[in-house]
Amino acid sequence: MQNGEKAHPPYMLIWGILAILMFAKVGVSLVGMPKWLSVALLVMISLASALLVALYYMHLKFEQKRLWVLAAIPIPLIVIFILVVVQEFR
Amino acid sequence: MSHAATMPMGHDRPERGFDAYNAKLGMWVFLLSEIMFFTSLIGAYVILRFAHPDAFAQPGVVLNVPLTAVNTFVLICSSVTMVKAFAALEQDDQKGLKLWLLATIVLGAAFVGVQAYEYYHLVHDGFVPNAAAYAAPGGAIYGSTFYLMTGFHGLHVSIGVLCLIWILWKSNRGAFHSKRVAGVEAMGLYWHFVDLVWIVLFTIVYLI
Repeated sequence: MQNGEKAHPPYMLIWGILAILMFAKVGVSLVGMPKWLSVALLVMISLASALLVALYYMHLKFEQKRLWVLAAIPIPLIVIFILVVVQEFR
Repeated sequence: MSHAATMPMGHDRPERGFDAYNAKLGMWVFLLSEIMFFTSLIGAYVILRFAHPDAFAQPGVVLNVPLTAVNTFVLICSSVTMVKAFAALEQDDQKGLKLWLLATIVLGAAFVGVQAYEYYHLVHDGFVPNAAAYAAPGGAIYGSTFYLMTGFHGLHVSIGVLCLIWILWKSNRGAFHSKRVAGVEAMGLYWHFVDLVWIVLFTIVYLI
């Protein structure tokens, strides 16, 4: 970039992808497919959307690794939480 | 001479180690607590839904999925306007900053407005968080968890809109420029997090 201008991530492209993923989720929920398959697809699409927001709009992709470590702190806690919840239904 | 003493006045100072200024680092730490807060709400919903499957109606039976899908799209649009406001600030484009902030406020307020409209109709149809008055398909536990999750999220969006109005007011007074972006970036982090949470909530509450 000239004159010291910073190059920005493709915000509008990410927005387009997020919109497509959002309407894809609605489509998956409306199409008659096995429940386990629709749940799996919906969870995957949601995680992909959330990841796009975190990486590009929250700029995590461009942050230092130390901030990544900070942002990742809840993940093991969430895993423990899920494991405990799963135990309830075994 | 200390690092802080070498920084020009009116510039944001990065903290050592994280290379992030206080406002940004503080917002990230706050958002980590928010992740656990919403995880506990979602966990409670999942446990109750597994334990009482008959108390939860299938998607689209009670809740208005098309309306909320459009509302979700509105929130996604508000996220792009917020990030465009930050990008404009980085380029010292004050007019762009104010316009994109205003667009974010309008979209955020629209989201809350549509949610209020949805609540009004749901309550009218007997979908209430009250076992004695519950009259919709499913059970009162469905209504309770729905209002708990979406209500807390709506509260976060409402607080976000108020903070955005404050940021816009400060922008009009020239509080931000390309070397002083901490307030807008921290606000953006909060706003995108609220969007991210809704992406997950919309899937769990409305589509699954």
